[in-house]
Amino acid sequence: MPTLTVDGKTVEVPAGANVLQACEAAGVEIPRFCYHERLSIAGNCRMCLVEQEKAPKPIASCAMPAADNMVIRTNTPLVRKARRGVMEFLLINHPLDCPICDQGGECDLQDQAMAYGFEHSRFKENKRAVSEKNMGPLIKTTMTRCIQCTRCVRFATEVTGVEEIGAIGRGETMEITTYLNQAVTSNLSGNVIDLCPVGALTSKPYAFAARPWELKKTESIDVHDALGSAVRVDARGAGVLRILPRLNDDVNEEWISDKTRFAVDGLAKRRLDRPYVRVNGKLQPASWDEAFAAIGAALAATPAAKVAALAGDLADAESIKALKDLMTAIGSTSTDCRIDGARLDASVRASYLFNTGIAGIEEADALLLIGSDPSVEAAVLNARIRKRWLKGGFKVAAIGPKTDLTYRADFLGEGADVLEALVAGQGFAEVLKGARKPAIIIGQGALSREDGAVILGLARKLAEATGVVKDGWNGFNVLHTAASRVGALDLGFVPGEGGLSVGDVEAGKADFVWLLGVDEIDMTNLKAPFVVYQGSHGDAGAHVADVILPGAAYTEKSGTYVNTEGRVQRTKRAVFPPGDAREDWAILRAFSDRVGKTLPYDSLAQLRAKMVEQVPHFAALDEVTPAAWAAFGSDGDVSAAAIGYAIENFYLTNPIARASATMAECVAVKQETACGCGHSHGATGTHG
Amino acid sequence: MGIPLKDLIEKHCGGVRGGWDNLLAVIPGGSSVPMLPKAICDDLPMDFDTLRGHRSGLGTAAVIVMDKSTDLIKAIARLAKFYKHESCGQCTPCREGTGWMWRVMERMVQGKAELEEIDTLLEVTTQIEGHTICALGDAAAWPIQGLFRHFRPVVEQRIADYKARTTSRAVAAE
Repeated sequence: MPTLTVDGKTVEVPAGANVLQACEAAGVEIPRFCYHERLSIAGNCRMCLVEQEKAPKPIASCAMPAADNMVIRTNTPLVRKARRGVMEFLLINHPLDCPICDQGGECDLQDQAMAYGFEHSRFKENKRAVSEKNMGPLIKTTMTRCIQCTRCVRFATEVTGVEEIGAIGRGETMEITTYLNQAVTSNLSGNVIDLCPVGALTSKPYAFAARPWELKKTESIDVHDALGSAVRVDARGAGVLRILPRLNDDVNEEWISDKTRFAVDGLAKRRLDRPYVRVNGKLQPASWDEAFAAIGAALAATPAAKVAALAGDLADAESIKALKDLMTAIGSTSTDCRIDGARLDASVRASYLFNTGIAGIEEADALLLIGSDPSVEAAVLNARIRKRWLKGGFKVAAIGPKTDLTYRADFLGEGADVLEALVAGQGFAEVLKGARKPAIIIGQGALSREDGAVILGLARKLAEATGVVKDGWNGFNVLHTAASRVGALDLGFVPGEGGLSVGDVEAGKADFVWLLGVDEIDMTNLKAPFVVYQGSHGDAGAHVADVILPGAAYTEKSGTYVNTEGRVQRTKRAVFPPGDAREDWAILRAFSDRVGKTLPYDSLAQLRAKMVEQVPHFAALDEVTPAAWAAFGSDGDVSAAAIGYAIENFYLTNPIARASATMAECVAVKQETACGCGHSHGATGTHG
Repeated sequence: MGIPLKDLIEKHCGGVRGGWDNLLAVIPGGSSVPMLPKAICDDLPMDFDTLRGHRSGLGTAAVIVMDKSTDLIKAIARLAKFYKHESCGQCTPCREGTGWMWRVMERMVQGKAELEEIDTLLEVTTQIEGHTICALGDAAAWPIQGLFRHFRPVVEQRIADYKARTTSRAVAAE
C-alpha cells in the first residue's frame, strides 16, 4: 500500500495502482485519452503528464506505478504547458467538424480542449485527411478524426480476442483499420464506439439521429440475453434511439453485446399497437372489449385441463406471476416457460442457476463447457471467461461442435457419451478434480434434448465427483439464453400435476393456448387450438393467434427479470407503449376481472408484494440469493447424437431483434464474410 | 574523450574544406543535438560537461561539419524531414509535432513565413521535448533549437528577402 503526496495531499493507494489512480484518489482529475481502466496501458496520448519531484521531465501518470514517498504535482506551470502542448498537437490534424460530428456533446476531445487547450490555432499547414475504413454495418468511421489512442485496437485484441483492428503505417501516416478492411466480426464490436474518445468510430445506425442533450436517459436492464446487462436507454419523444452500457462490475463490467446495443430499431418496427380478433380466418382490428369477449367465450368453451399458458423469452416476472395466478384461478396446471424445451425442473433452484455468479467465473481455475457456446449465448460473459483465461492457470474443455471461443479450449467430442466418460473419471475429470475451484457451464443446447434431464443428472454427478460443488464453492453453472427463464422457474411456471408442457402444446394437445410473447416454438399444430398472443411484436406467435393483445416491450415497462445467476433486477420505463398497447401484467389483471377471476392486486406494488410472498428472494433487488444444493436430474441412457448449441443465429433470437433492420444487415454481412469470396453479394439478380 | 574539436577535424579528419576559417557550424553529436557556430568550435574540448555547458551534447559522437557553402536552414529542414519520417506514430507530440516542424522549416528554407512563426516554431519544439515516450521527440526538437539559438538572424534575413521579393513583384504587377 504505497503512500504518496498529490498536490500536497497524502493518499494511500492499493499496491499496483498507477499515479493516475492515485491522483483520482486524491480527488484530482487527470485528463486522458488512451488510458482506460479495463484495457492495457499504452501511455501514448501523453495527455496525463504530471510533475514528479526529482524527475527530470514530466511523467505519464497512467504508465507510472505509484510508489512510496512520491511527490506528485498536477497544477504547476510545467504540467499546464504539457497539457496545452499535447492538446494543440491533437487538434492540429483533427478536423473542426464538430457541428456535423455525432460525438459532439459527449466528446472527450471537445471537453478536454475546452478545459486544457489553446483558444486558437497556430497551425497554418494543411490538415491531414484519412480515407474511410469499412468496419461493417454497425460502426461508422470518420478516420480523419482519429487521434490514434489505440483504445479500439486494444479492446479488440484483449477483450474480444478477435484481432481484427490494428494500426498500419507509421508517424503521422499511422492509420487505424480493420483486417483487410472487412467488417468486425466480434459480437462485442459496438463497444469500440463507447471507447473511442473522439468521433472517429460512431454508431452507424444512430448516425445524425440526435444530440446527447436532447435525449432522456433511463437506467435499465437488458433482456436480449440472460445476463441482464446494465444499460441506459436513450429516448427522444416516443422513440428509443439508442442503448448504451452502464457500469456493473458484477454483471457486464461496462460492455454490452451488439444485439443489446443495435437491436434498438426493432423496438419501433412490426409493433402490435391495437388488439386484433380473427374473424373468418382473418385478423381484424378490435377494441380491448371485443378481444376480451372473444377470449372469454373461447375459455368458457374449453375444459380447464385443455387450457395451457406459455411464457416467452422476454416476459417479465410480474406478468408471468399474473398469468400463473390466472391459470390457477381457471383451474389449469398447464403452464410452461421452457420454450426451448430445456429439461430443467423448478424444484431445485441450484439446478438452473449460474451458481458461481458471472463475476465468480474469474475465480475458477478449470472450466468444462457442456453444449454451450458463450461467445454467442452470452458474449459479455465470454469476454469475462477470456479475461480469466488470459491470467493463466485456467484449463478449458468443451463438449460440443468445434467453435472459436476466443480462448483455447480442448474440444473433447460432440456426443453425450463423452460426458458419461467424464463421470466415469476419465480425461478432463482429472483436471477438474485437481483444480482448486473447478467450474462447469451447461448450455441449453445440452438441456433441450430429449435426454436433457439425464445430461443434467450426469453433469450433477460429475460436479459432485470432481469437487465442482464443495464447501464454499459451487461451480455448477447453467447458462440460460432467455432473460425471463430464471424468474419464471423461480415462480414455478412449469407444468403442475397433469399439466401440459411446451412439447404437448406443440403437439396440439391443448385446445386453448395463451402465449405470453412466445414466438420460438413450432407453431404448425397451433392452427386448430384457440390461441391468444400477448406480446409486443407481430412475429410467429401473432401469425397463428386468434386474438392478439398488444403488450409492452422491455423499454416500455417496469419489469422484474432474474438473470442467469439469479440476480433480481428491474427495467424502467423509458417510453410509453405504442397505441393501445398496455403493460402486460395490467392486461392480465384486466382480463381476469372480465372473466370473474379477479387477480388479488390492483397495482404493480401489490403484485410485487405477492411475488415476494411466494418467492422471498424477489425482495432482494440487484442481489443474488445463493441456492442450496440438492439432487436433481434423472438417470437413464443418453442418445449418441451430438450435443449442439442453443443459438443458431446470434442476431435473430427474439422478436425485437428479428424486427430490427440493423440485425438483418448484420446477418447479411456475416454470411458474406463467411463466404470469403470477397465479392459483394448485393441483390444483383444474378447473385447466389 | 576531451579531444579539442578543432584537432579532431583538422588533424584527424582531413580538415574543413577551404581551411578552418571557412567553417560555419558543427553538429557535434550525430544529427540530433543542437549545432554550434564556429566561434564556439574554435576552442571546444569534446566531453560531456563542456558540451552541456554550451547547451549541446555529445550524442552519438558522430560529427557533422558544415562549411560556409551550407544552407543551414535547408540542412535543418532535411533533418526535420528525417525525424518526421522516423517517427513511429505512437505518441502524440512526436507524431503530430515532427510533421508540423518539418513543414514550417520547409517554408523557412524559402523564407515563406512570418517572423513571429519563429517563436511559434521554437515553442512547438519545447512542447515536444521531454513529453514523448522515447528520445526521438527530443532528437527532432534539438537541431531546430540549435539553428535558431545561433543563426536566428539568417532565418530572419531569409524571410525579409522573400517578403521584399514578393512585395516588389506584386508592385511591378500593378
